[in-house]
Amino acid sequence: MLRYAYYPGCSMDTTGVTYRISIEYLAKKIGLELMEIPDWNCCGASSAHAKGKWQALALPARNLAIAEKRLPGLDICVPCAACYARLLAATVAIRESAETRSRIEEITGVTVKANANILTLMDVLGTEEGMAACAAAATRKLTGLKVACYYGCLTSRPQAITGIENIESPELMEKIVSLSGVECVDWDFKTECCGGSHQVDAPTAARPLVERIFRNAKSNGAQAIVTACPMCHLNLDMREEEINRKMGTAYDIPVYQFTQLLAVAMGASAKEVGLQKHFYPAFKRLDRTLRKAGTLQ
Amino acid sequence: MAQLQFDNSAVLAEKIAADAGVTLSDCYQCGKCSAGCPMSASMDIQPRQAVRLLQLGMADELIRSRMIWLCASCHMCVDRCPNDVDLPALIENARYQAQRIKLCAVPEVGKFNDIFMENVKNFGKSQEVILEGAYNLLSGNLLQDMGSVPHMLRHGIIGPEIRAVREREHVRRMLTEAEREDEGC
Ligand code: SF4
Ligand code: SF4
Repeated sequence: MLRYAYYPGCSMDTTGVTYRISIEYLAKKIGLELMEIPDWNCCGASSAHAKGKWQALALPARNLAIAEKRLPGLDICVPCAACYARLLAATVAIRESAETRSRIEEITGVTVKANANILTLMDVLGTEEGMAACAAAATRKLTGLKVACYYGCLTSRPQAITGIENIESPELMEKIVSLSGVECVDWDFKTECCGGSHQVDAPTAARPLVERIFRNAKSNGAQAIVTACPMCHLNLDMREEEINRKMGTAYDIPVYQFTQLLAVAMGASAKEVGLQKHFYPAFKRLDRTLRKAGTLQ
Repeated sequence: MAQLQFDNSAVLAEKIAADAGVTLSDCYQCGKCSAGCPMSASMDIQPRQAVRLLQLGMADELIRSRMIWLCASCHMCVDRCPNDVDLPALIENARYQAQRIKLCAVPEVGKFNDIFMENVKNFGKSQEVILEGAYNLLSGNLLQDMGSVPHMLRHGIIGPEIRAVREREHVRRMLTEAEREDEGC
């Protein structure tokens, strides 16, 4: 059964709104039950781990503890890459050391076992059951659209913790998003970093990280970039026009959440996945693709 | 009291390595970490050099550097290191030691982190509107990203409402406790 505890994270209500509504759309379509962890708190990304080890562990630990108590036996689905990394790091730390665990319990005042697995939304949809459900629901195809699947760093690194096999070139997002009929290009920057919060607090140093992601996607023939994280999405989508203006480039690459493409393939309208909310125009490319493929209703 | 430790940079280097769980002699200075680091172009000290400084017992130079604040914690370096040297953990612990003596060579990054955590302490959740606004005020980058605000308001991406945890007192209490624990590290 597709049933999970769900940790949306703080961005989901604001800058990640297109991710959230497309997740909700497809969850309904495929019968995926995402049970929100009651009264969850911020996971601490991107600052707690810069301030102190125990602050970085305490914040996710409270969420794990609530999930254990209120949603026992369920694995936890975390669609934001940064939240995923923090919840996973805390889970590993608690499982590995009884001393760390009791220290965390002292600090938080709650018991935490960390026996639930922490999963990205890609992990969830990539299961046999998830794939079958998505395949059955994705009835109209986005044939002809060439996309570059961008994982960012936090869903995959550090490898010692995520356990991902092909760290430089994972294939999971490709496998899932292909169900929408798109063609996934081979490219080099799948697991490079988007700069995270340094796009705000160290913009001069961080902007080139975004630029080179666009450059590599473009030179490998991608017409769009697909992400699986609200922060990656914001950093690419919000900066594209500025980069074109300041650097004299001419990137014309809308950035979609992988869930938006799936939802559209399942019949969602532009509005239902929030295409009008993007910074870089995102409607036309999909509209044209659907018309060309003859699958627009 | 905390100051005393820094009289001996070599001792501090050992502490940083021990807290990070790294054996410094594992690094043979191949430079693969620097080659793959996305932020290296802006760093005053390259990732490979950061390990070298610690090997040489020159921790003071590392904790005064901009690199420990510019590191994006992306973990590219450790994933590509042939010897599994956990550079992000070294950098993280160098930051902790820098903070103990109120040192932050890229103040904008320090400010961002402070405001972020203040927010979480107050509400239990991060408030992007307050975060961005307060950050602009404090860092003096008043107009940064302001061009995006009308778009975000129009599309309901940001709004005036505060999203808070019901048990926010619990979050505040445990963060205060965790801070105390962190200070003792
Ligand atoms: S990649 Fe590893 S071994 Fe090579 S210089 Fe960097 S830390 Fe040292
Ligand atoms: S974790 Fe830091 S030092 Fe390592 S590659 Fe990423 S930015 Fe560079």
